[in-house]
Formats: sequence, structure tokens, C-alpha cells
Amino acid sequence: MSQPDFSHDGIRTARGTAFRYLFMLCALLSILTTVAIILTLLIDAVDFFAQVSLVDFLTGTRWSPTNEPIAFGVLPLISGTLVITIGSALVALPIGLLTAIYLSEYASDRQRAYLKPALEVLAGVPTVVYGYFALVYVTPAIDTILPVDLSTFNALSASIMVGIMIIPMVSSISEDAMSAVPDSLRQASYGLGATKFTVSTSVVVPAALSGIFSSFILALSRAIGETMIVAIAAGQTPRMIDLTDPAGMFLDSIQPMTSAMVQIGTGDIVGQGPAYKSLFAVGLTLFVITFVMNLISELVASRYREVYR
Amino acid sequence: MAADTGETPADGFGRVSRTKDVAFRLLALAATLVGIVSLAALLLNVAVDAVGWLDWQFLTNPPHPNPYEAGFLPALVGSIAIMLMIALVTFPLGVGAAVYLEEYADDGYLTRFIQLNIANLAGVPSVVYGLLGLGLFVGLFNIGYGTILAAAFTVALLILPIVIISAQEAIRAVPDSQRQASYGMGATKWQTIRNVVLPRAMPGIMTGTILALGRAIGETAPLIMIAAPTTVFGLPNSFFSKVSAMPLQIYNWASYPQTEFQYGVVAAGVVTLLVVLLTINSIAIIIRNRYQQRT
Repeated sequence: MSQPDFSHDGIRTARGTAFRYLFMLCALLSILTTVAIILTLLIDAVDFFAQVSLVDFLTGTRWSPTNEPIAFGVLPLISGTLVITIGSALVALPIGLLTAIYLSEYASDRQRAYLKPALEVLAGVPTVVYGYFALVYVTPAIDTILPVDLSTFNALSASIMVGIMIIPMVSSISEDAMSAVPDSLRQASYGLGATKFTVSTSVVVPAALSGIFSSFILALSRAIGETMIVAIAAGQTPRMIDLTDPAGMFLDSIQPMTSAMVQIGTGDIVGQGPAYKSLFAVGLTLFVITFVMNLISELVASRYREVYR
Repeated sequence: MAADTGETPADGFGRVSRTKDVAFRLLALAATLVGIVSLAALLLNVAVDAVGWLDWQFLTNPPHPNPYEAGFLPALVGSIAIMLMIALVTFPLGVGAAVYLEEYADDGYLTRFIQLNIANLAGVPSVVYGLLGLGLFVGLFNIGYGTILAAAFTVALLILPIVIISAQEAIRAVPDSQRQASYGMGATKWQTIRNVVLPRAMPGIMTGTILALGRAIGETAPLIMIAAPTTVFGLPNSFFSKVSAMPLQIYNWASYPQTEFQYGVVAAGVVTLLVVLLTINSIAIIIRNRYQQRT
């Protein structure tokens, strides 16, 4: 949007131009940040891959950066991340979707005014607090309630906590998508004698599907990058998982990528060794995975925005 | 609403669908409440555990291996110092970027690229920002492991996208008629921004920035990555002081095996952190409500 500039005062124009470029610089800083992230990760990751082969890193099934025999296979860490992602998805996706349906289709304006901020609080609690909750309250509670043999550090309570944390991410974006569904579609369905249940599940949800899908991806990407909950409550046992054995997956200690990074970050490893540099290789892997997921989510979301406009 | 025909059809079709409808409504309501109720239960637990531990001595003592003498002061002061620095860095940068994107930029490729990039940056895991801080501020600029400056710059980059996005929304909410009026009076673009747009958008910008600071104060992973010490005994006295923060201290204490720490000292730390966070968010909400009443 360009506005006519009636000022002929040279100094004022010069100042206006100066501010324009100053503000532009601030905006460009965001691109600079992305470039800096990629460069920082790449430079040290390249150093790492000079010492450990890329193939060993991507296909190795053992992660042991400091204890002999040293091994830098990232697959056990990806397994750990996968367990947390599956676990938190089982909690957050159905609950978040139902929440979005309730808020969009059933709740009165008054209820919405209370429920939405309350849900946002779930995403606002510091993750270190969730981690502490998982370790000292959730794990002992599950241990007493369920007849299972739960380790002190386990993927189950960490997943539940990550799941609760990402509920508002699923619900708010899905609800936006459902609210964008034109009312005429609902009215047509009611006119055919459908109940609210049928309207919600057969009309609104399918119509808002791309928005819902986008919220799912974004929430899972957040779960993959979540660090403190898993660092505190999920343990530090990098291991391969067996997808056919849910109990083994969730009841014992695991180590996701982020948790491995924290372990290296808090350790006394410094200098140029591969153990320290592996931090950046894992960081790069994490960055690439979450970046691609966020991009997909953004693309899917921008598609649905165009549909009803 | 479905019309009530009085008689339920003999095949029970209407009754089944109505029962399903009610059941689904209750299920959806339960799903909406389950997260809130769980969090409330956990908060209640931690508040009860903190009783007897959260006292003046806890707030004014340095950390100590003996749980009965352990305190939170260096972490509390460290967190507040980092937060103030972050505010100083992110506010001008965030507002500047938002003003550019909303007032100056055309709808070209560069603008759309910047916008997509900001949205993507908001989704980068915080631990990755920690590596950025480690490589850039600690490594390249040599600000030093775990100093206030390194911590503040790192977390500032992390919350900058959030600040920009909320500032953009605030600026967008300023009615265009006000800008036109300003131009009509012969004001330049910069004068319009300074005298009309920014004052009008300021409450919204402040609210967004303060909420982002609330997020910043809970961040732990980036501080771990730039090797901020988990336990500091003295108060920071310069920008290059090594600094701890509340979430870092909590993380450190949570690994102590003693019950006195797990269900006492840490609980007190968690409650302190949450109270500070609540205070910050309340300030943001008060600003927003004042502003809403005026318009």
C-alpha cells in the first residue's frame, strides 16, 4: 500500500527513508536468524561427519557418545523421539479434536470465553514444570493405579505430559478451521434432519480436514522438539524400539534426540571431539525434521484458507 | 434444532441418534476439561507440597546441598535480569520488523518469504536455538559460556518471532481511516507511524511482548545448551556474570534423589516460578483490558 507523500522537506524525507531501511533491517534479521541457525548447525555437523561417517550416523543402531565402545548411531534416539511422538499423539490428537468440536459446535459464547484461555494455560506452563510433574506425581500415580511394572524414568508419563501440553495447539488451530466452515453447510444438514453429532462429524470435520491435519502436524512437530519434559522424566537409555511391543516401548526408560542433546550439553564434554560435535549433528537432524513438518503444516493450512474465501 | 415430532418412530431411529448426540456432547465436554482438570490437580499437588518450604528464607538464600537451607535467590534474580535484557533487545527489534512488514513492505516475494520464515522460526525447537546461541554468541562473538548476555541474546532470538507476530496483529488492528486522516493533514509516513499508528497499537504490542517474556522466563533448554550453570551461589553483578535461572535450578534440583528436594524444595521453586509467570501474564492482561475498555 503506497501513500502519497506530500512532504517536500528534504530532511524529513531523508529521515523517513532512514527509518524505512532501519525497519527493513529488523525484518531481515529474521532471515538472518534462519541462516545463522543453519550455518551454526552445518559447520559443526560437517566437522562431526569428518570424524564419523554419515552412513554410520544415519543407520547405526547404537548411541554411546562417551562410553566405550563409542558409537554414534542416531536411530535409537529417533526411536525414542518416535515413542514420545506416538504417545503424545494418542493423548493430544483425539482430545484436541474433540475439544475443537466442542468449542466450535457446542459451547456457548460464555463457555468459550472461559474455556479458551484455560486451555491456553496448558501451553503456557514452563516445560520444566511439566517434566517435574511427570517425574514426581504422574509416574508414582500410574504405578499405584495400573498393575504394571513402571520404571522411575519412563516414556509413558513423559508422553502423557507432552500430550497435555500440545492439546491447545491442536484444539485452537482445528477450531479456527471449523469456525471457517460456512454456516450454510451446517444449515443444509440440519434441514435434512441431522443431529448435531452428525453435523459435527459428517459435515464440519470433513470440511475442516486440511486445517485439522495442519494442526496435527504442527502439534507433533512441537512434541518432537520438546526437550525438558523428556530430559527430566523419560530417562537416558538410548535404545531401539519394537513397535509390536507397546509395553516395552512405554514402560521403560528411553532417550529421545532432545534428551540426548541435553545430556551432552550438561556433561563436561568440551573441545573438538566427536562426542561434543555430535550435539550439532543431532541438532541438525532435529531441525530438519521439525522444519519440514512445519513447512508441510503451513502449506496445508494455506490451502484450506483459500477454499472458503 | 431437529423438530420434535412427539412420537418416537417404532424402529427407534430417532432415539438412537438423540442418545448418540447427547453422549457425544458429553464426551467432547469431557475431552475439553480433561487437560484443564489434570493440570489443576497437579498444580494443587505442588502447591500443597510447597507449603512449609516456600518461605522468606527460601527466597533469600543461595542454593545449598542441605534442603532445609537451600534457597532460590540467585536463580530468581538471574531470571529477572535475563528477562529485562530480553525485553530491551526484543521490543525494538520486534516492533521494527512488524512496522516494516505492516506499513512499508509491499506484497511481493520478499515479504511473503519473510512472513513464512517468521512463522517457521516460531516452530523451531528451543533446544536448537540453544545450539545457535552456543555457536554464535558463545563461539563466534565470544561472550562467554552461560553469561547474562549470552543467555538473553539466545532466548531473545527464540521469542522474537512471537513478538513480531503479535506486534503485527496490533498494528493491523489500527483503522486505516486514522492513517488517511494523518496523511490528509500533510504528515509523512514516518510521522504517521510515530504519531498515529504506534501510539494506537502500543497496548497490543505491550501485551504481546509481555506474554512472550512469560514464555522466555520458562525456557530451560537453550540455557542448558549455552552452558549456563545450573547452580549459582552469588548474585549476578555484570552483563558477563555467569547466571542461573529459575527453570535451570528446578531442573538441577529435580535430579536430587532426596524426598526433601523432590517433594519440598523443588515444589517451592516451581510455585515461585509459576507465581512470577502469573504476575507477568496478569500485567499483560490488565494492559489489554484497560485498552479494550477505552475503545
